[in-house]
Amino acid sequence: MTMGAIARNRTVRALFGTKLNAAITLLMLGGFALALPPLYGWMLGDAVWDAPNRTACAAAGSGACWAFIRARLALFFYGLYPAPERWRVDLGLLLLVAIGAGALFARRGRGWWLLALLTVVPGGCGMLLVGGVFGLVPVATPQWGGLMLNVVISFTALAGAIPLGIALAFGRRSRYPVIRMFSVAMIEFWRGVPLLTVLFMGLILLPLFLPSGVTVDNLVRALVVMTLFTAAYMAETIRGGLQGVPQGQAEAAAALGMGHGQIQLLVVLPQALRMSIPGIVNIAVDLFKDTSLVSIVGLFDLMGVVNQSMKDPAWLGLAAEGYTFAAIVFFFACLVISLGGSLLERRFGVGMRR
Amino acid sequence: MKQRIKARDWQGRNWQGWAWQGAAVLGVAALAWWFSRNLSLNLAARGMQVDYSFLLQRAGFDIPFRLVDWDGSYSYGWALYVSGVNTLFAAALIIVLASLLGLLLALMRLSGNPLAAGTARAIVELVRNTPQLTQIVFFYIAVLQVLPPMRQSINWFGGAFLNVRGLFLPAPSGGVYHAILGATCVAVVLTAVFWRRLGWQVVPRLVVLPPVLVLGAVAAGFAASWEIPSLRGFNFVGGLRVPPELLALVLGIGIYTSVFIAESIRAAIEGIHRGQSEAARSLGLSANQAMFLVILPQALRILIPPLTSQYLNIIKSTTLGAAIAYPEVLQIFARTVLNQSGRAVEVMTLVLGVFLAVNLLTSAAMNAWNRRLVLQGR
Repeated sequence: MTMGAIARNRTVRALFGTKLNAAITLLMLGGFALALPPLYGWMLGDAVWDAPNRTACAAAGSGACWAFIRARLALFFYGLYPAPERWRVDLGLLLLVAIGAGALFARRGRGWWLLALLTVVPGGCGMLLVGGVFGLVPVATPQWGGLMLNVVISFTALAGAIPLGIALAFGRRSRYPVIRMFSVAMIEFWRGVPLLTVLFMGLILLPLFLPSGVTVDNLVRALVVMTLFTAAYMAETIRGGLQGVPQGQAEAAAALGMGHGQIQLLVVLPQALRMSIPGIVNIAVDLFKDTSLVSIVGLFDLMGVVNQSMKDPAWLGLAAEGYTFAAIVFFFACLVISLGGSLLERRFGVGMRR
Repeated sequence: MKQRIKARDWQGRNWQGWAWQGAAVLGVAALAWWFSRNLSLNLAARGMQVDYSFLLQRAGFDIPFRLVDWDGSYSYGWALYVSGVNTLFAAALIIVLASLLGLLLALMRLSGNPLAAGTARAIVELVRNTPQLTQIVFFYIAVLQVLPPMRQSINWFGGAFLNVRGLFLPAPSGGVYHAILGATCVAVVLTAVFWRRLGWQVVPRLVVLPPVLVLGAVAAGFAASWEIPSLRGFNFVGGLRVPPELLALVLGIGIYTSVFIAESIRAAIEGIHRGQSEAARSLGLSANQAMFLVILPQALRILIPPLTSQYLNIIKSTTLGAAIAYPEVLQIFARTVLNQSGRAVEVMTLVLGVFLAVNLLTSAAMNAWNRRLVLQGR
């Protein structure tokens, strides 16, 4: 290649076309040269994958001690869920993935698949995980933990928040001032306070508001709070969808002789939900990340388990490895949710049918 | 048309509306009655009642980081003020950091340089798909707590020291310093408010005023006498100490929010129709003029609502300081004060009330600004 051809090359022009661009490129390359080799050395090059404890790790290499993660992997995924019962968690996950895949890829009856995702999955997984029926050994919720808890909390909150959010969205659009007022108050309260504050409220205040003697499981408190919190954001997203449905749709349905309830449920709501899919996926990603906050109020989700494992004398203080692992797991989980969401949007969303 | 359908739909069925609303009122009232009855029974069983007068009692605990006067002899009510100032201080620092970083990332993505754009994109994807809590705790435990001890502090430029106890910075002081800084702030605020009345419409305020502020601060810095932290025995004396909790909180939330701000800025600039910049160029404006006089003023208008919600998110996210014991409102009240006084209802209503009030006020202020900007152009 001659010099002229190189200079005309599109990539070269984009990188070095003007003085400013050339300066930016050189600056970026310099930054990479400074940052990437040590990062690679720590993450992979000098990392130790197999060692019995921290001192052995430090002796074997100067990089990350991934042996710690390998030794604690089951704890990070299942928490203290008893080892002989862990197949139940796996089976629950399989159920979730199978029905989720059905909802995404089935050619017929996709609505039923979605309905099953919101009813059969929570019900079936609940029975599997809690136990006590069909000869399954009961497993108390303090033993639940790790990534499994993040999935349980985010899925339950999402499944509860969608119907509640629909109700609140309709309530906010209601013709009746009292219902509108209640809905607005509910939505604005939950959107106006930080999630962590309401998690503390669930922890501290909820027992005081219930009859004495009624004890509520710590996990259930977190679930209630997460569901209500998510429902408020869900309501606003769905309200946006409802506003996006052209008035002509409701008028056409009215012309066909449908009643008010029929119009809203059979004509307006399905279209509004289709339009809100991107928003709902965003809420799901945020929700999944926010489930890490339950570690502050005493539940042992992935973050909580990582916090605890670093206090283990054999692996004392391997914070960088623990949190990097947690970050990677959350990153891929969020990626899966986003990908599932864009698939959902492609199959159900607006655009394909217009 | 809309009205007519609704009228037809509900004609002669007014009682239905009353029934629904009545049922809603009854339901909420029943729930409220049940909750309050349980609450009063539960409190009576513990020999307590809802009473906010404990706020006047002596607190007796220490707040390790504070910007206003505090020692154990102050009251619980004053502790709310101290921790509230800490919350707002952290939020202000985070807003500045997140805005600047967000702008930088957005510029990188819009620069047209594939290397810069790709790096910015990778950073955005990486940061926004990881929980803020993980990032904050990572900075706190994995970065700041493995720093060297006091005696082996990392030294920058001879005056700044970084060690496991935090960041020690030189502190400016002196009458001239305060006078110059105060005068600059007052001048900038007054100019911003009366900008249009002064008849300077050519250059947008946001392009001129921040540099003026920076110049004023630099001038004040030269006029000030600087107190440099120095190691005496086992501790640094003098200067300004930024505790590691605050650093971790600011870095964690600041970086996390900056990627969302970067995406909002990018969306706002890309949301301005291409024809706008083409028209500006064909009128003879230079690329920079087109950017600053035509694109940015319009993009700013699109940007304000998403930016508002990001700033509100920042204020709410400061509560994550409770995970690393930064003394903000939730940490001080829902942990320390609650443990000492046992007043659950009062403490939680205060904390929730503070955040609701701050959020509603901020969003009202930003909405007012938004309305002015929108009206201006039409």
